[in-house]
Amino acid sequence: MPDSQVARDAILSSIRTALRAPAGVDTAAIASEYAALPRLYKREGTMDPAALLDLFTHRLVEYDAGVYRTSAENIGSEVARILSERGRRRIAIPDGLPPEWLPDGFDFQRASRFGEHQLDQLEGVLTGCTVACAETGSIVLQNAAAQGPRSLTLVPDYHLCVVFAAQVLETVPECFARLDADAALPTTFFSGPSATADIEMTRIKGVHGPRFLDVLLVV
Amino acid sequence: MRVSLFITCYNDTLFPETGKAVVRVLERLGHTVEFRKEQTCCGQMHWNTGYLREAVPIIRHFVDVYRDAEIVVAPSSSCVSMMRDHYMKAADLAQDTKLAADVESLLPRIYEFTEFLVKKLGVEDVGATYPHKVTYHTSCHSQRSLHLGDIPIRLLKQVRSLELLPLENPQECCGFGGTFSIKNADVSSAMLADKARTVLNTGAEVCTAVDNSCLMHIYGSLHRQRTFVRTAHIAEILASTAGAEGGGQ
Amino acid sequence: MKEQAHSPWSNRSFPEAAKDLLADSQIRRNVRHATNVIQAKRNRVVGELPDWEQLRDAGAAIRAHALKHLDHYLAQFEENCTRAGGHIHWARDAAEANRIILELIQRHAAKEVIKIKTMTSEEIGLNRNLQANGIQPHETDLAELIIQLGRDKPSHFVVPALHKNRQQVREIFQREMHLPDLGGQPEDLASAARTYLREKYLRIKVAVSGANFLVAENGAVCIVESEGNGRMCLTLPDVLISLVGIEKVLPRYRDLEVFLQTLPRSATGERMNPYNSIWTGVHAGDGPKEFHVVLLDNGRSPILADDESRQTLQCIRCAACLNACPVYHQTGGHAYESVYPGPIGAILTPQLHSMHEGRSLPYASSLCGACYEVCPVKINIPEVLIHLRGKVVQQDQKTLSGKLGLWNIGMQAAAFLFADASRLSLAQHLGQIGQKVVVSKNGFIEHLPLMLSGWTQTRDLRPLPAQSFRDWWEQREKTQQTPIATAPTSSDKTQEKKHAG
Repeated sequence: MPDSQVARDAILSSIRTALRAPAGVDTAAIASEYAALPRLYKREGTMDPAALLDLFTHRLVEYDAGVYRTSAENIGSEVARILSERGRRRIAIPDGLPPEWLPDGFDFQRASRFGEHQLDQLEGVLTGCTVACAETGSIVLQNAAAQGPRSLTLVPDYHLCVVFAAQVLETVPECFARLDADAALPTTFFSGPSATADIEMTRIKGVHGPRFLDVLLVV
Repeated sequence: MRVSLFITCYNDTLFPETGKAVVRVLERLGHTVEFRKEQTCCGQMHWNTGYLREAVPIIRHFVDVYRDAEIVVAPSSSCVSMMRDHYMKAADLAQDTKLAADVESLLPRIYEFTEFLVKKLGVEDVGATYPHKVTYHTSCHSQRSLHLGDIPIRLLKQVRSLELLPLENPQECCGFGGTFSIKNADVSSAMLADKARTVLNTGAEVCTAVDNSCLMHIYGSLHRQRTFVRTAHIAEILASTAGAEGGGQ
Repeated sequence: MKEQAHSPWSNRSFPEAAKDLLADSQIRRNVRHATNVIQAKRNRVVGELPDWEQLRDAGAAIRAHALKHLDHYLAQFEENCTRAGGHIHWARDAAEANRIILELIQRHAAKEVIKIKTMTSEEIGLNRNLQANGIQPHETDLAELIIQLGRDKPSHFVVPALHKNRQQVREIFQREMHLPDLGGQPEDLASAARTYLREKYLRIKVAVSGANFLVAENGAVCIVESEGNGRMCLTLPDVLISLVGIEKVLPRYRDLEVFLQTLPRSATGERMNPYNSIWTGVHAGDGPKEFHVVLLDNGRSPILADDESRQTLQCIRCAACLNACPVYHQTGGHAYESVYPGPIGAILTPQLHSMHEGRSLPYASSLCGACYEVCPVKINIPEVLIHLRGKVVQQDQKTLSGKLGLWNIGMQAAAFLFADASRLSLAQHLGQIGQKVVVSKNGFIEHLPLMLSGWTQTRDLRPLPAQSFRDWWEQREKTQQTPIATAPTSSDKTQEKKHAG
């Protein structure tokens, strides 16, 4: 028997001995015990849509993100305005990004298959998202259309993220309910730009992840 | 109501004035106080120091003494928390189902002194007068085990001529912790130094609490520093009338 | 390869180690400042949630359930992680974990690895072992980088360098990064770390991490972090090795909805930490091509056998109990001489060592209960501390020196007195007479002998009053005085004055 099998059996048997577990696992009993666990915390949100977006905006601003609102037909022109203001031209984009989000006059590069060195040469990244949480000001990215692999939104120093009002949910449990279907995809929650408080508990924006974040809220 | 006083071993030995004050307040409110002479200790010192088996006979003794009491009142939140948090565990440890049944029957009849006044009797004004500046230390067991909340403060606010001064970080432990103050004397001293400083910062003449254990500890530092700030169990303040001395240590 | 199964920092007891730290006013100032800031932030964001107690209840119940069926959920995790392309390794102890990780790194002929903060790797002494075998680990979490470059030890498991202030960090960075002109603001220091590490992220092909949660139902792994160093390590290298304690498994993906609310708020006082990464196995075109999970026992499974203290393993390492603990406030983490300091460390460390080490730690608490109050998975730490004290006492009582020790004799004597009120009364009378040898001229006890001497280092002790309560009561009954309901009697007043401070 290989070492790993020996160790595996030893650990599992040590656990079973410690738990005084009966031989054989009764999965149905475990499942019904699990189903009976208390879950009296808040799951469904109660806010009206306008208040919800205001809360989300407020949270993002607290994180030092730029937040802009626009309508679906004006995404492209808003993207152009924000990128110009930021002075960013060479922008990474994932596969599946709607072409109408991409205004003329910028160097958008399809970067889903870029290595980290190539990504490191770009000035920013433009993506959509899967879902967002107003209560915590979090945006969730998955490896899906218009979002791309994880390195894409990590290496460039600037991230412009387009979030649709319908993607903004109030509570963390609501977000997980929506994520559950594609739970196997690489998933990243991000809440503001990267930060640390490791030195004297002073929050410092921007360490290794993107230091600058703008969110374009489509209402 | 016939109230059986559990004075607690250290109040009996070190702080008889607190016991007298409890008697005074309860009799003033028209209740009969009895004192069962067989009482000794709740077992907390042994239990908390890890002498679990040794605590069991002490606990059994306590339960025997108060088995038929109508109401048991103790001027100590830490002793009452010992009973509520650990007596059932002790019965389990001893595998003594009779003790467990006795504990279950007795526990609902046990009250901490201020809890008894406010929750059981519904009294906040006990007719006390205490012309002093007082600050209140929130003892750990009173807040985190008994959840007394603002009960002691409500009682103090009804005391005539008493000026209540807020304490900074009132909920932070004074560092006593029973045998902790001996086994970890240095850390305990550092915690105490912080507590004593906040007490002195209030400008109060008297620091009070619902536990003499904390007060003994705090006063140990206040006296060592030769300050003139005293400590007094809340019962002594509530017993005081018309400019009387409120006891003090 | 030589590696001890357990690697305690030293054999000093908590009171001994604490004494040194109490004398270090710089550390105490730094610790006090940091814990005050986190505590205040934590209280604010926890107070925002009306369902906080329900989240705690759910978190405690989910963790307890997972532990109760740990064998089942680990096997399920193994199956699902493997199906998703991950490789599972099982390590019974630190030596085995070190050997597995070393072999994986050597298989890729790597000479350097990048690391995300993982206390589990501190627990097994991974860095030391890698270096001994010619592999350089680079810590990428800012605090861990400070610890590594400063050749220091972590003192907290969320903010490992909280005992260092900005000047001290600056000195370390100036020296170790060769940056003589480095500025002293936190921004300057974070920026220096970014520059120092960025090249390493892009170059080094093997990363080592811990994990916050494993998900049995789909084999997912979850890591929460702030700086993005975690994402760098999880995403850019070709090979990722995650070392994870066996207790960290959750039954289902959606259980994260509880812990991703309670962990950030408890740990750093944020509504959500900047980044959470959740992934399953390997994903073509995204992240490492090879993913290994090393499941570490190292003393955990025997803890499950103890119904009272099993809850210790519910811990999600938020460190809220450290920040709330008045003992930790005074000493910081190094006094615990363990990777896991503070209240949770005081119960976890001795148990991981089968109560053979860290035996003074269960006593490193005044049992104030602040830890239990803030714990997001409701570990009743004071209760477990007492339970472990009971084990220490029983161990001691099995030895002759323990049996004849002052503590045991004193406690047995006290138990004898408390068994019978007449014995207690006699002892009170003897004490009233006998104490004369220790009472000073000012009427107080200022010096006590032996184990009691620590008390009187900084504290006076009030002597026994001339009359115990029970004697007063007896006298009152005999003399049948009128009730004392109206005012203190004159004799009471005399008594009070005599003892007024």
